[in-house]
Amino acid sequence: MSQYLEQVRHGCALGSLQSVLAINRAAPVLHAGQGCAAKLGGAIGANNGFHGSGYLGGTQIPCTNIGEAEVVFGGEERLEDIITHSLNIIDADLFVVLTGCVPEIVGDDAGEIARRFQRAGKPVVYAETGGFNGTNYVGHEIVIDAIIDQYLKPAAQTTPGLVNIWSVVPFQDAFWVGNLKEIEKLVRELGLTPNIIFGAGREGVAALDKVPAAQFNLLISPWVGLKNVQHLEEKFGTPYLHYPALPIGPTETGNFLRAVGIFANVDTEIIDEVIYQHEKEYYAYIESALEAIYQTRIVPNRFITVADSFYSLGIARFLVNDMGLIPEIQFVTDGVLPEYQEAIRAEFRKFNEGIEAQVEFSNDGGWVQEEIRRIELKGRPLILGSSWEKVFAKQVNGFQLSVSMPVGDRLVLNSFYAGYDGGLKLLEDIYSEIISNSQNP
Amino acid sequence: MTEKQLPSEVAVREQRLGAITGYKGTVPHLVSKATSCSQKNSSRCFTQASSCNSGCAQNYLGEILDAVFVNHAPVGCSVDQIGSNTLNKWSEKARGWDNWQPRNIGFFNTNMTKEDTVFGATEKLEDTVREAYRRHKPGAIFVTTSCVSGIIGEDIKSALEELKEEIPIPLAPVFCEGFKTKVWASGFDAAFHAILSYIVKPPRQKTNKVNIFNFHASARVEITELFTRLGLEPVFMVAQCTIEQLSRMSEAAASMAICGSLSTYVENTLEQQYGVPSVKGLHPQGIAGFEGWLRGLGKVVGKEAEVEVLLAEEKAKYLPEIQELRQILQGRRAVIGMGPGFAHDYVRVLQEELGMEVVWATSWHFDQQFDSGASPDSALHLSEQKSNVPISVCDLQAFEMMNILHKLKPDIYLSRHGGTAGWAAKIGVASIMISDEYDVFGYRGLVKLGNRIQDALTNRSRERNLAKWLKLPYTAWWLEQNSFQFLEQEGE
Repeated sequence: MSQYLEQVRHGCALGSLQSVLAINRAAPVLHAGQGCAAKLGGAIGANNGFHGSGYLGGTQIPCTNIGEAEVVFGGEERLEDIITHSLNIIDADLFVVLTGCVPEIVGDDAGEIARRFQRAGKPVVYAETGGFNGTNYVGHEIVIDAIIDQYLKPAAQTTPGLVNIWSVVPFQDAFWVGNLKEIEKLVRELGLTPNIIFGAGREGVAALDKVPAAQFNLLISPWVGLKNVQHLEEKFGTPYLHYPALPIGPTETGNFLRAVGIFANVDTEIIDEVIYQHEKEYYAYIESALEAIYQTRIVPNRFITVADSFYSLGIARFLVNDMGLIPEIQFVTDGVLPEYQEAIRAEFRKFNEGIEAQVEFSNDGGWVQEEIRRIELKGRPLILGSSWEKVFAKQVNGFQLSVSMPVGDRLVLNSFYAGYDGGLKLLEDIYSEIISNSQNP
Repeated sequence: MTEKQLPSEVAVREQRLGAITGYKGTVPHLVSKATSCSQKNSSRCFTQASSCNSGCAQNYLGEILDAVFVNHAPVGCSVDQIGSNTLNKWSEKARGWDNWQPRNIGFFNTNMTKEDTVFGATEKLEDTVREAYRRHKPGAIFVTTSCVSGIIGEDIKSALEELKEEIPIPLAPVFCEGFKTKVWASGFDAAFHAILSYIVKPPRQKTNKVNIFNFHASARVEITELFTRLGLEPVFMVAQCTIEQLSRMSEAAASMAICGSLSTYVENTLEQQYGVPSVKGLHPQGIAGFEGWLRGLGKVVGKEAEVEVLLAEEKAKYLPEIQELRQILQGRRAVIGMGPGFAHDYVRVLQEELGMEVVWATSWHFDQQFDSGASPDSALHLSEQKSNVPISVCDLQAFEMMNILHKLKPDIYLSRHGGTAGWAAKIGVASIMISDEYDVFGYRGLVKLGNRIQDALTNRSRERNLAKWLKLPYTAWWLEQNSFQFLEQEGE
């Protein structure tokens, strides 16, 4: 994490309230200031692909709205009241109490309050997500760990083929709904049964109930969620597969399917057949786009990502290994904790042709943009970043696509970048930007 | 006029204006208490997340053209600037300036950590301010506080004092700790207080400019035309103003606003400090508001006769169309949920000018008295008219609003402040969000709004389908309860 930040690209730990909202039938209950949810939901949700408040977000979230009285006298009683009434007023099956900065500073014991409800058999868990504990990537892990510890029950037996999917952080990834759906589709094609927790209209809390019965946990993420799958292994003995890159395009998706298939003992012939069918289809589309790819008047052959590690790594793999581009510096903006940085750097050294990419970790957008200006650019740069880069790209005469928070210039419903079709979608979006940008003001 | 030193902070609205966020009753009753500032606030034992003053302060200051901001807070307190940036780009583009190029607002966060809450972080704040200056060379730097910086007692004023020698621009603290007030509009006061204390200079000479405090000045062309005929020049503040422009607000011939709740503190202070008259009366929503607003201005600048000519022209131009709309909208039932100025303005506009029936009006807070000592004119007007519209005051408590809407099932819900428009649609009610403050500006705005309501009532397909597929997140039990069961006043 940088000392100071310009142009924020993530929320604080309490932003994990959005992860709770992503679980169907789960309700966040905040012990926090009255403005926290509006700020966090407005940024991680509304200004990031324009995701709405859904079933229970935004102004519907129960919150203690901490005031001067709670700062001075403590807010435990207030929290107890809010939880009690939430259970009656809000139609949900799981209530996740999340603390903000203030109760943690003044020393409220939210855990004890939550345990009182747990002892009475109420579906209440709590997590300490005060904003100063870190980003909402970290907050997401804290919330999942809290659910593992306080809500999940050991399964009577393992369900063969059942795989829990842990990957992109809901809402923080503007394309989370579609990405999870595509990953689900791919895993199912291997003959496995994916269990996806996040997403409106999914099983949600009921999917959580199935987590301990899974044959294994699949984590598709550079670092976020690693603590959770390790925790699940400790607690329920469920093994996990950590696949560090978001698979985009044929090379990485093929690698992904092989890794998952082999881990799950799927017959290699089945794996190969799934991959073959997809690649055949993928390259039929590419064939139809060869003129666009080779003859568009201005095609950048170098690219810069200014994105969280999911997208920075995933897009770099696709553009290098499938599209033959050369990486300039890749800026990773999700405040990757120091202990994970070396492993992520190593991933950026694993490209075809021995190509390696320089990686810089910083969530200070102003600093990143100063660094980009220092790069001796060879032609108009292609910048895959956030809507903060929209303005910057114009200043440096670049092409820009918003893929990482904030995606403040696109409405995203179910589109996605994961998998084979996600790679095609990314190509459509990149080339549409190049074609449109080259001819319009 | 001798200048008085402003206090170091402006008190929050609960203390200064008798502001309340919990009440149920009628406007005449509320006003009978408000004139002596004696209406007690009623709290709720169940609450939902709303908004805070720091959001208002940051979003409002965020659109000054050449200012940069530092938010001394954990990172989450700054994420609202993502939305501010989007809004600012939209707002600048809408100005239609020649050769306009989009820009990002300059906004920094000191990224406070747990350790900072123990050891303090003023050094980090100073480094951030230095870096903000190095990167942007702005006209001023505003430093907004947070719950955390407030509770751990960060001495921001002294930290900025120390940087004064080093950084040759105004460095203005903005005190907007969220826990100090339930009334997010207190954040406007904090923002204006910083501008008044650190940016505004004593007048060199009086000008023909009029300070107009608003948000995005979408009616600027129309207002400029009207004011030109009065020999006046409007300056729309503070979005898209420069620090230099703001520094001259003391020289204006008058101050006025689109919304009294926004401008009460700044208008009153300018009047007290520099003798800039504040235009009193209704705000320019609909016909009565428009007439009151311009007549108030005419009175202050001695152009009463000219104003009457303008008003007569506008009336002749739009009245026939308004009469047609009245016939169409007659008796259609509406519920309103807006900030106090707009809520009570819209009750007047919908009932008295469009012939609709307002079956409920909720304001997100209520200031019993403005800084001038008078109660808000929009409420006084309804009180004089003996309005019997049932009203409530609630700080965006959706469970209460949805309960009301569920029971009343109006034809249409009109809201201001994001967060509730879509929810009304979920229960099949036509819903319009008044996102622009000039949506019902004068005669022309009234026609525009009337048409918009008519369209929303004509095609109900969207809400019909939404209601079929979507469900409110409330239990059946709650939706059948008294809407105000959790309001202290009702429990008594």
